Amino acid sequence: MEALLNQFSYGLFFWQLIILVIVIFILGKFAWKPIVNALEEREQNIEEALNKAELARQEMARLSSQNEELMKQAREERDQILKEAKALKDGIVNEAKTQAQAEGAKLIEKARIEIENQKKAALAELKGQVSALSLDIAERVLRTQLDDKAKQQELVNNLLKDVELN
Amino acid sequence: MINLKRTLLVLAVVILGANPICVLANEEAHAGEPSDKSKEIGEYIVHHLQDDHFFSLYKAGEETVGFPLPVILIDNGLKVFSSGEFKHGKAVVEKDGQFYKYYHGKIYKTDAAGTISYDDKHHPTNAKPLDFSITKNVFGLFLAAFLMFVGFLSLAKTYKKGPSNLPKGFGRVLEPLVLYVRDEMAIPNIGHRYKEFMPYLLSVFFLIFTLNILGLTPIGFNVTGNISITVCLALFTFVVTTIKANKDYWKHIFWMPGVPVPFKIILAPIEVLGMFTKPFSLMLRLFANITAGHSVIMGLIAIVYLFQTQLTVGGSVGISMLLTLVLFFLELLVAFLQAFIFTMLSSLFIGMAVEEHAHH
Amino acid sequence: MYNLIGAGLIVIGAGLGLGKIGGSAMEAIARQPEATNKIQTAMIIIGALLEGLAFGALILGK
Repeated sequence: MEALLNQFSYGLFFWQLIILVIVIFILGKFAWKPIVNALEEREQNIEEALNKAELARQEMARLSSQNEELMKQAREERDQILKEAKALKDGIVNEAKTQAQAEGAKLIEKARIEIENQKKAALAELKGQVSALSLDIAERVLRTQLDDKAKQQELVNNLLKDVELN
Repeated sequence: MINLKRTLLVLAVVILGANPICVLANEEAHAGEPSDKSKEIGEYIVHHLQDDHFFSLYKAGEETVGFPLPVILIDNGLKVFSSGEFKHGKAVVEKDGQFYKYYHGKIYKTDAAGTISYDDKHHPTNAKPLDFSITKNVFGLFLAAFLMFVGFLSLAKTYKKGPSNLPKGFGRVLEPLVLYVRDEMAIPNIGHRYKEFMPYLLSVFFLIFTLNILGLTPIGFNVTGNISITVCLALFTFVVTTIKANKDYWKHIFWMPGVPVPFKIILAPIEVLGMFTKPFSLMLRLFANITAGHSVIMGLIAIVYLFQTQLTVGGSVGISMLLTLVLFFLELLVAFLQAFIFTMLSSLFIGMAVEEHAHH
Repeated sequence: MYNLIGAGLIVIGAGLGLGKIGGSAMEAIARQPEATNKIQTAMIIIGALLEGLAFGALILGK
């Protein structure tokens, strides 16, 4: 310890102090500060770049997933539309079919009614004719009856032959 | 970490390449006298470990080769002269009617004849002038500071063109070290306020590291192994810690929260003592490590002279080289490790002082 | 003479301490190799504190 104290030199201490202070301040101003700042800045730049890359990657992933989503949606929509169109078409066809059927049925009905009417009219006419004919026959019979019995019979037979209905 | 290892490796190659010169220098230094070698070597090692006013590169016989450094004394005014005038302590220098003598690394005031009086422990009792000389260590400090200026100003310049402009050449070695200081020491220990302490931590780390590495070159500095230097460094950490300390820090020292009152009273002096022992241990650790490293390396080199008769010249040189080489690698590690530890513990202490406690 | 004995005692103590630190660190690393860096740093710091203590004692005793 004593030897150490003996070795201590104020001059050396003084110079060391001066040099240390100079080194700290001058290098601090002109070297350490710029170096430390530059290193920090560089690290920040790198970090920023990495962050940006990460963000870009995420954006890309987001975009591509969005695209996919859109595609899926579009596909779904298309399917939906197709389905709807098909349903619509089926509906139209069915409707047309039923309508046509109804129309046909109506027409047939109409025709049937018409036929019925015609038949009724024809029957009525026939009835009239028959009655007229009968009356006619009856008249003639009555007239001839008045003349001759044989002839009357003959007449009736002839008449009946005439009246042979087809 | 890999970068760091590679850096150390390059430095190791550079320095080890110069190592044989160191051995040669010493060999020449001790070529002359065969007698009492171990005592001489011991003296030489002690002399190397101490500061010197004369920059000696090697000794050729009795002649010390090197260059003198300026002596600056404050003793009734400023006195500046060359240390060459002392003639390695053989001559008494007279300046303005005052006589100075150089004796075992220190300058003493003497009379015209240069008599040094001793106390009973053989310590000189002569008065010492205030000595602000540019000694070997101060020269080493200047050199280290200069190297740091050159290295880091050029590194700072590369960033002027934008932060993504990567450094070239030696800057590539320095940048990972700066990052190492920041990421391994400052941020984990200090936290988000690390930026205001970065200049101090970086300066201290690189100053100690440069000085440690310079100490391993054959130029023969032992700057960080000098107590004045480490006292200054540790004092700086102490001052920074004390000035920047917040209320919590003082509270934890004088009135430790969360313990019963009797313990608070017992803990306060311990904590106050701790305030001083922390920088004290910083100071001693650096000093002792570097001094011990230098002593052991020089001791191993001394094998060359001490065991020549037992091992023959070639054998002693070989063993010495081998052992020195191994130890040199260890010392390179220590050079880095001590800079690391000093900075690490400094930032730890600073971190303790500025930490905002989430109260217990 | 007594200095040397003291120094020896200090070195024994420091050696035991360092051995304990190193051993525990090795165990910890073996258990959690991914935390090697943190463990090493902590080990070095504690080693340095111990070393400071030992050096302090050595120098004070000298």
